[in-house]
Amino acid sequence: MITLAHFLGLAAVLLCIAVAGFFINRKNVIVLLMCIELLLLAVNTNFIAFSRYLGDPSGQVFVFFILTVAAAEAAIGLAILVVLFRNRATIDVTDIDKLKG
Amino acid sequence: MTIQFNPADLLVILPELVLLGATCAILLIDLFLKPSQRDITHWLSIVAIAVTSFLVWRGAPEVAQGVSAFNGMFKHDGISVVLKQFVLLTTGLSLFYARNYMRERSLLFGEFYLLILFATIGMMLLVSAGSLVIAYLGLELLALSSYALVALNRNSAISAEAAIKYFVLGALASGLLLYGMSMIYGATGTLDLAAISAQINQVEHRGWLAIGLVFIVSGVAFKLGAAPFHMWLPDVYHGAPTAITVFIGSAPKVAAFGLLYRLLEGGLGPMSEHWTPMLALLSVLSLAVGNLFAIAQSNLKRMLAYSTISHIGFMLLGFVGGSPAGYSAAMFYIISYTMTATVAFGIIALLARAGFECEEIDDFKGLNQRSPWYAAIMGISMFSLAGVPPLFGFFAKLLVLKSAIDAGFLWLAIVAIIFAIIGIYYYLRVVKVMYFDAAADDAAVPLPADLPLRWVISLNGLALVVLGLAWGPLFDWCNRAFGV
Repeated sequence: MITLAHFLGLAAVLLCIAVAGFFINRKNVIVLLMCIELLLLAVNTNFIAFSRYLGDPSGQVFVFFILTVAAAEAAIGLAILVVLFRNRATIDVTDIDKLKG
Repeated sequence: MTIQFNPADLLVILPELVLLGATCAILLIDLFLKPSQRDITHWLSIVAIAVTSFLVWRGAPEVAQGVSAFNGMFKHDGISVVLKQFVLLTTGLSLFYARNYMRERSLLFGEFYLLILFATIGMMLLVSAGSLVIAYLGLELLALSSYALVALNRNSAISAEAAIKYFVLGALASGLLLYGMSMIYGATGTLDLAAISAQINQVEHRGWLAIGLVFIVSGVAFKLGAAPFHMWLPDVYHGAPTAITVFIGSAPKVAAFGLLYRLLEGGLGPMSEHWTPMLALLSVLSLAVGNLFAIAQSNLKRMLAYSTISHIGFMLLGFVGGSPAGYSAAMFYIISYTMTATVAFGIIALLARAGFECEEIDDFKGLNQRSPWYAAIMGISMFSLAGVPPLFGFFAKLLVLKSAIDAGFLWLAIVAIIFAIIGIYYYLRVVKVMYFDAAADDAAVPLPADLPLRWVISLNGLALVVLGLAWGPLFDWCNRAFGV
């Protein structure tokens, strides 16, 4: 029997993987974009599990909005990445270090 | 729950609808304009903002608690009226300050105006949010437009770097905020902020509420730029073109205040004994990090970015009491800060020329001999940021300190005063450089021929003096909004 607690646990694990990816990843900016998507999917899992458990559809409606915004966010993120690559010819996280102080 | 559409609700969101319609019209008109005719886009955007501001003023609700529309999704009350007026005012100011700077760098695209107008719609929705969905959508409309604005200069490596940092950390913050929202939704079973507030004391899963609260506070702190969630802020302010920094450093701060108020007081108000210590901690850290790191900066934009962090810490002092009087003082503070910051960033944009950014503190050496009037305006804004009487910033600081002391946070007020005194050092350094250091060359600063820019920035600077001497009406307006 899969209960609400299992779904919440899954979402929490996804969240942890995503946040860990932000801090452990030292190589590639595209991996950061994947972590952002994973983070939003963790949130969506949470919303849908709660929505089903509460018998209230508004959580599922929120998920549609999150998915739409996530698509726009990925588009803008990749566009900025292209601009960065054209200027620097690299997308290494360690090379993004011109601004500091 | 039945959902009903009431046509009268459309009147409540009339200012937003008009601004949205105007933005779409400007988008179409701009397609048919040549680059040399970009002034038409500029003035149309200013008119759209002015008309929206007029409609917000006309549509101000008569009852103090305000009206709500679309089944409580949209709240229109005194607070949203004040915040919207200042969002529109500072957006209009940044358009004036940006035009000359962007034109000299061939960056004056139609997209610049459109992104700013879409961000403004997002901010107006954000400060009126009555539901978690609207708060999220308003926030993302603002954030996505801001990421694109920072990257507007496609040939600048540091702009691209600032944009990617802003994007990654901003998206992380949105994700954390959403995770908090989902836990709050699970605990209370509703997305409506008023309903969350009403049900919060009957919730059986207190743990979910606690997790949700922590994630929401950290997400909002990221958006505000409060330490320890401030890492993106200096890089973005530094890397973005100065004209964009004017915008990002002003109106979104007013909107972030609205977000903080709507989520924490509007939604999680009954849990205020849990979130006030968190905000007190954020406040102390922001004051310390902001003021201490600002001393070490040689770049004026970076210095002002760290100063923003310390001002956010000051603003949070108004929240630690969890009382309407404190929120009113915090709102007055954030208004005073944005009005002053627009002048400081605006002067940097005004003095910059093609090929010369004028963003190092040393670039201001001897400005008094070369351009006494703009040196005086910059001096006023620095004194106001430092909190020297009788300028605008002084009374704002006084009022938040008083509200923190009234709330029993005397230690916090003492810490804030100590850091404010440390802060005076780096503001006065700019004044010293302008008045007492010799310039590299004595030639008068070539000023832009853009007359509206020069007039508006002078009026904005003088407003800091006038509002410092006559701050009563504005503070009464803030108090009325919160029913104090």
